[in-house]
Amino acid sequence: MKIIAFAEQRNNQFKKTAFEVVCAAKTIADELSAELVALVVGGNVSPIAGELGKYGASRVIVVEDSRLQYYSTTAYAKVIAEVAQQESGQVIFLSASSLGKDVAPRVAAKLDAGLATDCTAIRVENGDCVATRPVYAGKGLTDVRITSPVKMFSLRPNVFSAGTPSSGAATIEKRNVPLTDADFTAAVKEVKASSGKKDVAEADIIVSGGRGLKGPEHFAMIEELASTLNAAVGASRAVVDAGWRPHDEQVGQTGKTVAPTLYIAVAISGAVQHLAGMSSSKFIVAINKDKDAPIFSIADYGIVGDAFEIVPAFSAELKKVLGK
Amino acid sequence: MKILVFVNHVPDTETKVKVSADGKTIDPAGVNYMLNPYDEIAVEEGLKLREKSSGEVVVVSLGTDANKETLRKALAMGCDKAVVLKDSSPRDSFGVARALADYAKEYSPDIILCGKQSIDYDDAQVGGLVAEMLGLPSISVVVNLDVTDGAIVAEREIEGGHEIVHSRLPAVIIAQKGLNQPRYPSLKGIMDAKRKQIEERVVSAIKPRVEVLAMKKPSAKPPGKIVGTDASAIPELVRLLHEEAKII
Repeated sequence: MKIIAFAEQRNNQFKKTAFEVVCAAKTIADELSAELVALVVGGNVSPIAGELGKYGASRVIVVEDSRLQYYSTTAYAKVIAEVAQQESGQVIFLSASSLGKDVAPRVAAKLDAGLATDCTAIRVENGDCVATRPVYAGKGLTDVRITSPVKMFSLRPNVFSAGTPSSGAATIEKRNVPLTDADFTAAVKEVKASSGKKDVAEADIIVSGGRGLKGPEHFAMIEELASTLNAAVGASRAVVDAGWRPHDEQVGQTGKTVAPTLYIAVAISGAVQHLAGMSSSKFIVAINKDKDAPIFSIADYGIVGDAFEIVPAFSAELKKVLGK
Repeated sequence: MKILVFVNHVPDTETKVKVSADGKTIDPAGVNYMLNPYDEIAVEEGLKLREKSSGEVVVVSLGTDANKETLRKALAMGCDKAVVLKDSSPRDSFGVARALADYAKEYSPDIILCGKQSIDYDDAQVGGLVAEMLGLPSISVVVNLDVTDGAIVAEREIEGGHEIVHSRLPAVIIAQKGLNQPRYPSLKGIMDAKRKQIEERVVSAIKPRVEVLAMKKPSAKPPGKIVGTDASAIPELVRLLHEEAKII
């Protein structure tokens, strides 16, 4: 049996999720006594391909083409599906990142494969992969298995451990997948980075503000606390709908589902939609003046009090402790 | 322009999940349903495209008679025609996409719009699957869309930024929150929607490839610690984060 792990890169640098995917795939491959093959696709990726050896890939296939420097839904889908076919890969792992979520269904359709997306755990049972995937934004958890011959799993970023890099080495094989203009019918022409802004989906620490902050101008103290912690700024649906914050900061059922190490909820009461999007955070701190706010039911540490007084004091104390 | 929008009928965001007796699905008792919020954004975008270029917006949903409520909402917003593809057997995203792709093939739209995911199963697959089944380009998590003379320039959300994607019609556009602000149906729209016929088609069942073995609720966390009631609690909070949680 052969398992393929798609290791995602941007600008010829691996993303952390690439290591998470390779490491999780390696664990499953060992349990199934299967061979693990990592796949890297991009513009100039051979120089970095060897890094995957440290995360358990003994063989890495590299598909390089200057036109693959930027992501293209159609071309990436073709490359991944062709390599999977050439290798007779039976199980394919990728990340449920923005790229992974975009490309995975297209690969699944090409390979006639069942796809379980955004999995938060995976295990082997009776020689078959069983994945746990949250539904209803985490209000429910399902265990699923895939019945088609080729099985695909996308793994939620930040949930799986990338392990500790070993001294393992990988053999690198360049593979040519011929591509024509017809394979680039949807292609990225430009990438606009948000200036210095951390994304809630990738952040290790998130500081979120809610309606209790009374106005957009009071997010300055949330931003200050976030910058002290090198954290991303998040927001509840209420403040996004009110136009106080951009929608890409929204955490919750109609926003982003996040699983950071630390989630600090400020003046957020904790509507069921919000809790669904952040309850799998490893540690939750809640600051709210209403002691009955539902957010306290899932918080590890809470302060019942006035955010306008507490948040600046929190930033000041952290600066002192962290020597900033 | 022929505009086709896929919509799903889903439990609303207030729903508290209770697992049914089969241990695999949610208990539908007392659950209110709504037009999937991301699909509502797709409907709005379809209407905007029609306003810019004329043509018609057809909205299609897979499910049962219950889906007609959601289709009526889309009609009330201004869609021209609604179709329900009827099959009550369990389906995974592949099965849903197959039925929608078959319908799209026959209708032959210039553009297909749908939301990035349904807020029930959060699969985020249908748009990409349909596009691949039809051999069309697709662009997902779109927050900005321009379609001029068949050329598409779309902005899609990625971690820490945006990608500008170029493509051409016909294509599948997968909507993300931020693309637009869906309109409220007008009173006239609601009245008109009541009179419109919803076309019904029976589609054959497809065995799911993703089999749900069990559904459960996430285990409840033990109650946390209230550290204090004002700023004087901050040093203790920082100590806990440092010593217990080992975060800072």
